[in-house]
Amino acid sequence: MNQENEHFIEIRGLTFMRGERIIFDNIDMDIPKGRVTGIMGPSGTGKTTLLRLIGAQLKPDAGEIFVGGQNISTLGREELFRTRSKMGMLFQSGALFTDLTVFENVAFPLRVHTKLSESIIHDIVLMKLQAVGLRGATQLMPAELSGGMARRVALARAIALDPDFIMYDEPFVGQDPIAMGVLVNLVRKLNNALKLTSVIVSHDLVETASIADYLYLLADGSVIAKGTPEELQASDDPKVKQFMNGLPDGPVPFHFPGRSLEEEMLGDRS
Amino acid sequence: MNRILDHVAALGRSGLDVLQAIGRATIMLVMALFGRSNTHGSMGPLIVKQIYAVGVLSLIIITVSGVFIGMVLGLQGYNILVRYGSEQAVGQMVALSLVRELGPVVTALLFAGRAGSALTAEIGLMKATEQLSSLEMIGVDPLKRIIAPRFWAGFISMPLLACIFSMVGIFGGAMVGVDWLGIYEGSFWVNMQNSVDFRNDVIDGIIKSVMFGFVVTWIAVFQGYDAVPTSEGISRATTRTVVYASLAVLGLDFILTAVMFGDL
Repeated sequence: MNQENEHFIEIRGLTFMRGERIIFDNIDMDIPKGRVTGIMGPSGTGKTTLLRLIGAQLKPDAGEIFVGGQNISTLGREELFRTRSKMGMLFQSGALFTDLTVFENVAFPLRVHTKLSESIIHDIVLMKLQAVGLRGATQLMPAELSGGMARRVALARAIALDPDFIMYDEPFVGQDPIAMGVLVNLVRKLNNALKLTSVIVSHDLVETASIADYLYLLADGSVIAKGTPEELQASDDPKVKQFMNGLPDGPVPFHFPGRSLEEEMLGDRS
Repeated sequence: MNRILDHVAALGRSGLDVLQAIGRATIMLVMALFGRSNTHGSMGPLIVKQIYAVGVLSLIIITVSGVFIGMVLGLQGYNILVRYGSEQAVGQMVALSLVRELGPVVTALLFAGRAGSALTAEIGLMKATEQLSSLEMIGVDPLKRIIAPRFWAGFISMPLLACIFSMVGIFGGAMVGVDWLGIYEGSFWVNMQNSVDFRNDVIDGIIKSVMFGFVVTWIAVFQGYDAVPTSEGISRATTRTVVYASLAVLGLDFILTAVMFGDL
């Protein structure tokens, strides 16, 4: 019983295939409640796919995903949309609605899910924008924002309904050092202030390790390591070492699988 | 022999693909139109906004094309009918061809090119920029929020545009026939009035345009929703919208005409 209270998300025996390619092969994961969990791994290991599975935008081929005690892949369409309103997700691109102003973007979840009066919506939106430092930008259109600003607006939108749980898809990619620092702090502060459960999918090792309480390392469709950032740093596993130290080649190959170089270059002459 | 079999298999494969796409499109439409909404606020304002985008903004191309087609009909009709001394019948010829055929069909073709392609590109880009995904994650069904209002807007706009097209076309025909070529105004209009039947011509024309509106908008929103979310995928989806919608309109027009006017 205690176990259930501690883990906000439990993934059991998850298998997911894309065509013939196995993305996840029977993986188990627990996301502790109220903590920041980092899910890291080389590009192409299906980290974003994992978030989409948790949000039930994709259905697993086998296994179960429990979010807040509910098996998310068996929910009906209406229940699913209700459950999702308790989740926030920050997309890699921000995914702001391009036909709405910054203010209306943040107000959108409030308008569709609550019956709050206009003045309360106004106050909430300004508070959320204040939290990400963009209260002055309410009347701008998404096209007028820089990438970092767009992501902060998207973050304000993701927390508009005060979700229990928030997922970040590569939040630090393509940010300048200042914006990156701002975002890293925001993620941590929001988690503490709002008592959120956060999942960060990223391959930005230093930033993720600096704010995560717990890390999962994915490669080749399975969890190759888990633990606190300190534990992973100290690991002797060559795969973990390669990733944590940023070595280009090792157990996780630099080259996409294919014919050998000799065969490819010499062709039939060899 | 094997090559023939391969071709047969490929044919079967593409047949299955078509059926699958029709199935997906039907499921999408049924869920968009009849699924229950879990969000607050009515769909009214969203539909009005879309009617502006697909209907009102198509008005210019529809009226300009309508005037020219009416003028050409008047001119061609006059040249043929004047040989038999029956140029007074230009009015009824222009009106009947517009109301029964050209109004609904040409409007639907223009609508597919002007509004259908825009719908596909817009929805496809929303998919590519993860806006549809983020709606889903906010807990809003994109079928209800994005697809349904656009579908209704197209469905409502298309018959209205077809009526406007026929109307300005008739005025275009009158402009050429009466004002330029000098057909007696009284017989031009009286002949038209006597020969155009409200139930058999006008209503049937409107029924046609309603069907075309349904098909064109359905194809457009489905192609956008089903598009591969890359630049290439969206460009192909937009092309497919125009091609499929035009073919569907022309094919459907034959069937409807056969049923309505073919005395079958």
